[in-house]
Amino acid sequence: MLHHRSLMQLHDSLKSGEFSSLELTTHYLNRIKQLDGTLNSIITVSEDIALEQAKEADQRIADGKASALTGLPILHKDIFCTKGIKTSCGSRMLDNFVSPYNAFVVQQCQEAGMVMLGKSNMDEFAMGSSNENSFYGPVHNPWALNNIPGGSSGGSAAAVAARLTPIATGTDTGGSIRQPAALCGITGLKPSYGRVSRYGMIAYASSLDQAGPMAQSAEDCAMLLQTMAGHDPRDSTCSKQKVPDYLASLGESIKGKRIGLPKEYFSEHLDSHIADTIHAVAKQLESLGATLHEVSLPNTCIAPPAYYVLAPAECSANLARFDGVRFGYRCEDPKDLNDLYERSRSEGFGPEVKRRILTGTYVLSSGYYDAYYLKAQAIKQSITEGFLSVFNNNIDCLLTPTAPSTAFPLGNKVDDPIAMYLSDIYTIAVNLAGLPALSMPAGFDHAGLPIGAQLIGPHWSEAMLLNVAHQYQKTTDWHQQIPDFADSINT
Amino acid sequence: MNWDIVIGLEVHTRLNTRTKLFSSSLNAYGAEPNTQANLVDLGYPGVLPVMNEEAVRLATRLGLAIGAEIDQASRMARKNYFYPDLSKGYQISQDDRPIVNNGSLSISTNDGEKTIRILRAHLEEDAGKSTHSFRPNQSGIDFNRAGTPLLEIVTEPDFCNATEVITYLKKLHHLVRYLGISDANMQEGSFRCDVNISLKPKGSDTLGTRAEIKNINSFRFIEQAIHHETERQAELLESGQSVVQETRLYDADKNETRSMRSKENAHDYRYFPDPDLLPILISQADIDHEKQGMPELPWLRAKRFSESYALSDELIESLLRDRHHADLFESILQENPDLPAKLVANWICVELQAIAQRFNSSLLDSPLNATRITELLSLLHKDTLSSSGAKTIAEALWESTATPSELMSKLNLAQLSNDDDLLSIIKIIINNNPEQAQDFRDGKTKLMAFFVGQVMKASKGSANPKRTTELIRKLLSA
Repeated sequence: MLHHRSLMQLHDSLKSGEFSSLELTTHYLNRIKQLDGTLNSIITVSEDIALEQAKEADQRIADGKASALTGLPILHKDIFCTKGIKTSCGSRMLDNFVSPYNAFVVQQCQEAGMVMLGKSNMDEFAMGSSNENSFYGPVHNPWALNNIPGGSSGGSAAAVAARLTPIATGTDTGGSIRQPAALCGITGLKPSYGRVSRYGMIAYASSLDQAGPMAQSAEDCAMLLQTMAGHDPRDSTCSKQKVPDYLASLGESIKGKRIGLPKEYFSEHLDSHIADTIHAVAKQLESLGATLHEVSLPNTCIAPPAYYVLAPAECSANLARFDGVRFGYRCEDPKDLNDLYERSRSEGFGPEVKRRILTGTYVLSSGYYDAYYLKAQAIKQSITEGFLSVFNNNIDCLLTPTAPSTAFPLGNKVDDPIAMYLSDIYTIAVNLAGLPALSMPAGFDHAGLPIGAQLIGPHWSEAMLLNVAHQYQKTTDWHQQIPDFADSINT
Repeated sequence: MNWDIVIGLEVHTRLNTRTKLFSSSLNAYGAEPNTQANLVDLGYPGVLPVMNEEAVRLATRLGLAIGAEIDQASRMARKNYFYPDLSKGYQISQDDRPIVNNGSLSISTNDGEKTIRILRAHLEEDAGKSTHSFRPNQSGIDFNRAGTPLLEIVTEPDFCNATEVITYLKKLHHLVRYLGISDANMQEGSFRCDVNISLKPKGSDTLGTRAEIKNINSFRFIEQAIHHETERQAELLESGQSVVQETRLYDADKNETRSMRSKENAHDYRYFPDPDLLPILISQADIDHEKQGMPELPWLRAKRFSESYALSDELIESLLRDRHHADLFESILQENPDLPAKLVANWICVELQAIAQRFNSSLLDSPLNATRITELLSLLHKDTLSSSGAKTIAEALWESTATPSELMSKLNLAQLSNDDDLLSIIKIIINNNPEQAQDFRDGKTKLMAFFVGQVMKASKGSANPKRTTELIRKLLSA
């Protein structure tokens, strides 16, 4: 069962010649064909490109020019522009859009010799926490097919969990990598803001958006992040900070690491089973030599309201370019220019996107700007300072739950946007502060649904977070649990 | 009732950068539609703007020239509105933190020097251009202009009449060209002006309601538009009506302004800082470096020229019209300090200009550098060349790499100024024309022209006419 292997193991097998990239790619394409009709995790399967890239990778391996990722299949979230195949961003607006260029992340993976299996399903324009806001229909959670996979990178999370791909890319604006990773029982890392270029990643909220890896383990995340990270002059907000060797530090002991447990993340509203699970993770880390410390992040509860001002404000401008004039959806027979705008946008965008555009337009309007936008900026600043003061107080990283609940049934919260927004209550503050954080599998609830634990570190501490997670994963096997659905067929 | 006119100006000038403000497309005018628009200019999904450092430098340069404060951490903002030629649905501009603040420019008026306060100058990208005569029932959009860099220079309402406005605009227009900030070509829309006008009762401290007249691109039209708009507002006020705050368009064909958009329909642009761009950090070292590289400002240079060279104001203005000309003037005088400044200035501003025009070119683009012009004018000044000979050579220099002396020998234009050589010719002429010589001696001095003509003929035109005249007079009066 090839698909039970980690990315690292697959790399070793390709290198030793146990099988070719073409065989490996074909294996995953077959799995997609058989299983994704049920999951709906992929919008576009790029079979022709995948087979072509696999052959090239095999040649590269034969020529001894392979890098660590050469020949390994990957699924890209459909928010990354891919030359030659559709980039929909989960929206009717871009259902007909084929990008003339590759996103930085796609280009990096391609240059490393990775094989693109296709583009994963997502909440429309990355707005959502359940993947129910996709024009292409909801994604199903492989652990419980009637439940949501989380969002917005729900397709990537479900596909990795069901082993339709060994690894995938995601993006995270308020929790969109970590929350679905938690709900699907995989490992997902949101890097520091500026660690990975946003070039070619369709913008939702530019000051918060960040791309990252979604994989079976911290080790696999480290392998992909190594290729995704780095300076790109085409993104002014992309950092020139040196990229460390993420794999090199995985094996380090975490003895003496000071781990903070912010008390605001363990309030009485938290499901007690999830709380117990995170405390068990803490105990495990303690047994590996880390020390535990209760800390306080008093502004945690005001992160969601600030986020739901700033992100919509930015999105209201970012999505203005979808006007039916140059690309994307255009309504039939527009009467005049205003009709073209109004109907193209009304028909092209789904309800959640419209809700956020309207919210954002409102908070930026004359007379409201100070009360909403500036206030939210001030909260963002104070949240950042709150984190920094904890880290400056000798705390290496924070341990928290990733999400307040496990995967809920499809349709459960679609009529209650506020309840839906609170799915991100533990992840949002990290984006506001621009910090790196990862979610790793930590156990299961009574219904057998995965629970994720979140590790949050100071800026540019991805290597440390991956190190802690890897040490945890070396001594536990939550990350190796595979849903029965993944093995419901014989390949 | 008598009115005070209050006018403030916003000038958009296109910066002389190689590429656009946020993309690598060329910033050039006149290309085939949509051939200078890349994915960034077209606002494609996923693309990002990257700040053009050269534009920042040029804005800083203008700021320093008008004695303004440079914001060392200014920032770009998004100005949101929908229009087909605005590809992103927002224009990247500056709002609360413009790069240039609180400068001024002084202008000459009938009442002496007047300071015009410049509130701010900010960087922004231009939009594309819609054309409605493209095909029947269709509009076309040309995105070549989209993303080209503009500096919007905003004054306080410090002008009292159209004359002051035009004086200021001409000075600003000259300044941005002189400093290489903009080519400021008005036909191409590289220097456009919006005029804010209001009237208030004479002597009143309270400003009236203003109207904004948009995008007028010639000095003459601006003057006409101001006159027209002033009259329109005065008529309204004097008939008991009020002026509506609105944006108006000037129609040059009909010489009228008409309403484009009233305040009620004014956009709420919903400015906010552009999250794709970092604050524009300018260090003190950057500012110092720009200061050092700054050419002497034209008004200071004019003062120095007037004091050092005793040239007429007109000639100085003419020299300074183009910085290259003023530079040439000074280089030539440096190479040969014996040359009279007026001669050099005249040659640069008049004689060489005439030749440049004949070649449909300019001095800057010509092969005439300071060294070649100095040599030419030195030959002229020493009388080795006649003035007409010098013009012939100047023209030849345009299409040749030879030196003026080489051309002079080649074209046989050296002037005969040596007394011995001239005297030997003159003596022969006088001997051959005894009657005329006698008549001259008897007072028929008009015959001088005859003798000079004969000498010219005999010398094949090379005789120095001035010296020849002197020598003939000397011989015949002896």
